[in-house]
Amino acid sequence: MSHAILQSVLRYGIPVLCGVVIVAIFPLMAGYIVLAERKIMADMQARLGPMRVGPHGLLQPLADAFKLMLKEDVIPAHADWFLFWVAPVMSVTMALLAFAALPIGPAFQIADINVGLLFILAVSSLGIYGIVLGGWASNSHYSLLGALRSAAQLVSYETAAGLGLVSALLLAGSLSMKDIVQAQADQGVWFIFGVPVGFFIYFVGSIAETNRAPFDLPEAESELVAGYMTEYSGFRWALYFLAEYANMVVVGSIATTLFLGGWLRPFPGLHQHLVGTSIELLDALPALIFLGVALYSLKLTPRQPVKIQKIVMLFVAGLCALLAVVMAAALFAPDPVKAGIHGAFWFLTKVGVYVYAFLWVRFTFPRYRFDQLMRLGWRFLIPLALVNVIVVGTAIIVQKNWGWSHPLLFAIVTTLLMLGVAMFLAYDDQKQQAAVTAAGGQ
Amino acid sequence: MTVDKILFAFFAALAVASAILMITRRNIIHGAVFLITTLLATAGIFLLQSAEFLFVVQIILYVGGIMVLFVFVIMLVNLDVTMRLVQFNHQRIVAGVLALVLAAQVGFAFYMGRNLLPPASREPMPAKNTEAVGAALFQHYMLAFEIASILLLVAMVGAVVMAKRKV
Amino acid sequence: MIPAEYYLMLSLALFTVGVIGVLTRRNVIIILMSIELILNAVNINLMAFSRLWSDVNGQVFAIFIITDAAAEAAVGLGIILAFFRNRETVLADEMDLLKW
Repeated sequence: MSHAILQSVLRYGIPVLCGVVIVAIFPLMAGYIVLAERKIMADMQARLGPMRVGPHGLLQPLADAFKLMLKEDVIPAHADWFLFWVAPVMSVTMALLAFAALPIGPAFQIADINVGLLFILAVSSLGIYGIVLGGWASNSHYSLLGALRSAAQLVSYETAAGLGLVSALLLAGSLSMKDIVQAQADQGVWFIFGVPVGFFIYFVGSIAETNRAPFDLPEAESELVAGYMTEYSGFRWALYFLAEYANMVVVGSIATTLFLGGWLRPFPGLHQHLVGTSIELLDALPALIFLGVALYSLKLTPRQPVKIQKIVMLFVAGLCALLAVVMAAALFAPDPVKAGIHGAFWFLTKVGVYVYAFLWVRFTFPRYRFDQLMRLGWRFLIPLALVNVIVVGTAIIVQKNWGWSHPLLFAIVTTLLMLGVAMFLAYDDQKQQAAVTAAGGQ
Repeated sequence: MTVDKILFAFFAALAVASAILMITRRNIIHGAVFLITTLLATAGIFLLQSAEFLFVVQIILYVGGIMVLFVFVIMLVNLDVTMRLVQFNHQRIVAGVLALVLAAQVGFAFYMGRNLLPPASREPMPAKNTEAVGAALFQHYMLAFEIASILLLVAMVGAVVMAKRKV
Repeated sequence: MIPAEYYLMLSLALFTVGVIGVLTRRNVIIILMSIELILNAVNINLMAFSRLWSDVNGQVFAIFIITDAAAEAAVGLGIILAFFRNRETVLADEMDLLKW
């Protein structure tokens, strides 16, 4: 009898524990992603970023959190109190709910749903309500305009991003997140090399989905004050903010699972072994990467101007060395442990690279005007995505029936076809624009 | 009290309560929010019946598409004046009574016939629900599928034409 | 295992609430939302039988109903918007242009 109880406790308890860990850790992680964004932005703009609060600004997120929690809770006059309260809660709930189906490594997944990918898309599309109802409830013109624009943008790019995902799903053959990564392991290649155009479409679509620059017109400060977030202050704003960064991590995780191989290491099909042992050569990469970062931190230590920053650098070097030892030790551990630790490392690294690409794009491109944004979504991305799905589907059938066994050939042919379609669409758009301006503008 | 019964009771109560709240709200946006909760409860009921594809389709299409459309239109036609007028029309009592009589009749028929349903099938539902639905949709119901796509195209064109400022 | 009658009763309850909504409210948008409620009640009914007889056809029919509901909601809301622009009202009692 106690065996049955233990079984049911394990069956329901482990997912609950994973969920609690994610919900507890995520706000802290979001705070540090914000700090990383500010530091990377500063680096790209040749300055230093937050340096005051703690060494190298490392305690900045804690200061921000305290400030937001202690700020006065202002509700505008004549605002719809129920909706004003529910909107940020809805945003955050949906953003965190999407974490339930994400596989962070082969051992850490709250629920392996059969239709996991569709579930995450469904929950992301529910996040629109947080924005629309928040803008409405504020009883202010700027908020309403920002909310409507944001919702229209989200709905348009959701279609394009979903179609981009479909082209990768054609290669994967299943909707369950675990099976998708398993398909990439079986085929020995990440899907980004099979459908690079699909990845591009999903990348652009996901930037628009999370309201990030260059698609952040609804919340840009110089445009509509802060759009739907204008009247929210203090903890309610922090919830919206948390929702936005959670969405970023969720779309990064979806892209990683579908296109970048999930928890697989680079070249998962290459099983070159270290001489005489059963350890695979490429499995030593995590340890080497951490060792490299530790040595780099050690090299930077003498150049720090202040003593406390030297200590922090040494601490970082020590931490990375410790992680390198953990990664190397995991190589000798039994298979589930090794797969779990290395898988989690690769997954988090890839999500980090994707989020870094988001930040990089933010500080590089100017903002799109709203009509340009809608034109890009409906008249460029969606036709491109549709043709992409058709071409990839045809290529798969040709591959199955007439055997092109080379995945590279597949990728090259489909990419060339897509480039042709994209150039045609861009040319057609330019012609339309010229016609409109010649006719006196709209 | 298995988990099944608890979940069914929860979703059923949520669906009916939200539905009743929806038709009695003075503020239309609150009504729309309660319809969203009803639709989510319905999606939960679909999931309880092992229809996982329909569960996600309900959320993506109904809640994430149709209700967003409703909320947009409500924001565009919102008149504060309407909120202060009488909400129920002059035939409410007769209509309410008749609807309840209809419900009682059908409920009685369901209750009396509850043991007359053909017995449950012995084979389980196909394990891969999405694949089964997809196969049925693209093999048996291909014609209906194509007609549905044309219907959606017609609806899209129609909606754009209706809502344009100048035709 | 929940017997199918429970789902039928739930479907009936939602259907009734939807019918009351259509017949008693003045606001056209709420009437449209009640129609969506009726369609959902029918979907629950279809699902119950699909589960009872392990037949996937019920779910396919439900997908078509959802598709139809989307098309009808879009056109219906377009009509409401067009009418609102002309007459500034969304109350069903006041939409009486054809009355003699």
